[in-house]
Amino acid sequence: MSDALLSVRNLTTAFATESGRTIAVDDVSFDVRAGEAVGLIGESGSGKSVAALSILGLLPTPPARVLAGSAVFEGRDLLQMPAKELRRIRGKRIGMIFQEPMTSLNPVFPIGEQIAESLRLHERIGNEAARKRAIALLDRVGIPSASRRLDDYPHQLSGGMRQRVMIAIALACDPKLLIADEPTTALDVTVQAQLLDLLNDLRRETGMAMLLITHNMGVIAEFADRVVVMYSGRVAEEAPIETLFDAPRHPYTQGLLGATPTLAQTEARLRTIPGSLPDPAAPPPGCRFAPRCSFADAECSAARPAEISLAVGHRAACRRTDATKNWQAA
Amino acid sequence: MADLALTLFPANARRTGRKLLRNRAFVAGAFLVTLVFLAIFLAPLLAQYEPNRMQIRMRFREPSAEFWFGTDNLGRDMFARVLYGGRLSIEIGFWVVMLNAVFGVAMGALAGYFRALDNPLMRLSDALMAFPSVLLAIGIAAILGPSTSTAVIALAVVYIPRTARILRASVLVVRELDYVHASRAAGAGDWHILTRHILPNCMAPLLVQLSFVFAYAVLSEAVLSFLGLGAPPTVPSWGILISEGRSYIREAWWLTVVPGLAIAITVLGLNLLGDGLRDVLDPRMKIQQE
Repeated sequence: MSDALLSVRNLTTAFATESGRTIAVDDVSFDVRAGEAVGLIGESGSGKSVAALSILGLLPTPPARVLAGSAVFEGRDLLQMPAKELRRIRGKRIGMIFQEPMTSLNPVFPIGEQIAESLRLHERIGNEAARKRAIALLDRVGIPSASRRLDDYPHQLSGGMRQRVMIAIALACDPKLLIADEPTTALDVTVQAQLLDLLNDLRRETGMAMLLITHNMGVIAEFADRVVVMYSGRVAEEAPIETLFDAPRHPYTQGLLGATPTLAQTEARLRTIPGSLPDPAAPPPGCRFAPRCSFADAECSAARPAEISLAVGHRAACRRTDATKNWQAA
Repeated sequence: MADLALTLFPANARRTGRKLLRNRAFVAGAFLVTLVFLAIFLAPLLAQYEPNRMQIRMRFREPSAEFWFGTDNLGRDMFARVLYGGRLSIEIGFWVVMLNAVFGVAMGALAGYFRALDNPLMRLSDALMAFPSVLLAIGIAAILGPSTSTAVIALAVVYIPRTARILRASVLVVRELDYVHASRAAGAGDWHILTRHILPNCMAPLLVQLSFVFAYAVLSEAVLSFLGLGAPPTVPSWGILISEGRSYIREAWWLTVVPGLAIAITVLGLNLLGDGLRDVLDPRMKIQQE
């Protein structure tokens, strides 16, 4: 694991709330290797976005606080880094794109200006050079007649175009890692597919690594080399993409895949996972998935299950991996 | 001020401009304010007499073709005195607005953006706002002694907390918007975020507030001058004109009514202007219209 570009270990992030402290990310570890695409998947509230924001120090403190863990990027722990140095990494070494393209651009400046701004934040660059780079970036993210679009304002662009601009901004300084937080969730399906293709192309071209946060199994399948499944603030399972879809071992992952519609499906209704995500302020003891799990026994609710290594790059936090072996894809 | 709004929002400039022209309050306000400003700045061309030229034989003349606004107890032309007197009122209003734009914005932006500064700055502004505004201005003016800059400082102290509040509220909203988070993720620092992303998006409520501050400043300056705490009496400001005319109000009504009307028209114009700006630039109204 020493070849990791980003190595997150035992990350624990809490929020101070009126009813006390809520642990949103609980002892989460994963790696992103150079050039690799890692999917971080989970329901809303599973802690996937909080984990990513913790790594970049983007959570408001208070109420949020990183209680423990490390996030070593290119040999340095981001969590221990002074704010000023972390700022130099954000946007330069690690780019980030967000879920809402409609509101992620400043309405009062033209898009070219906003791309140039992200360049100026990290480099000494003249106006003319910045403009040229902005045109090249717009061109690269597939915006037609980029030089004419440069002086457009965000409201003149569609959602898909705006997300392309956001990608251009994130890529401006050639980051080694791109964190994409639900980049396609707010867009319609055809535009989603175009953007995923674009991100894939860009990754191949530049060799940057990508951490994709999503709740969409389909997006993960098209995109990731490796997947980390999160449930209620913890890692449930981590596996290479083929293993995850062919032989998932955590009952939660199995439930997620069972709930995903397929073309070969014969049943009229989708299968669901009974129950709902536990209240993060009062999580169940032991395995957090136990109350919803058909394999669970009394011991599952007694203690937190250890992560079991099942194969190279495949681990699951489940006591009953023997019982979950015979899973059949729908 | 409309022009400023247009340059600040060039994307929507034409649309905003059209909406402003369709807004009756704005058009009426702009008309009145333009009228007053033209009269005041063209005073040397419009007035036949020097504002301080005494013609004892002409004293207490009623408004007529020769003396449009009549003459006072020393035979000075009231038309000239009101026009020249307006200069001081507008000048004081202008500087109060400028001080508000600098210190009110700084105070509001810091309080809204940095959580640690919010409480101290806002409690300070609460303390200042707890005094009735005219009383506070009188207090400050009495301490500093009557002069033009005293009036400016006193009125600025009164209105800066109000501007700061408005701006703080806007900053609190804008700082949670996605593009601010996105900019932080791109490596921007606090200063950059505040000046490049937050303040430009708080301009609409600020412009509206400043147009009201202008109106209040003109009004309060008249109050201070009337009470002898504004500009020295050698300079005729509107408040001083009313104060002087008060002694002869039964014999020469025009000495108080004319400067009073000047104040009323100016304040009405500025308020209408502000109302119109608010209606067009208010983010809630914007959402409704789009």
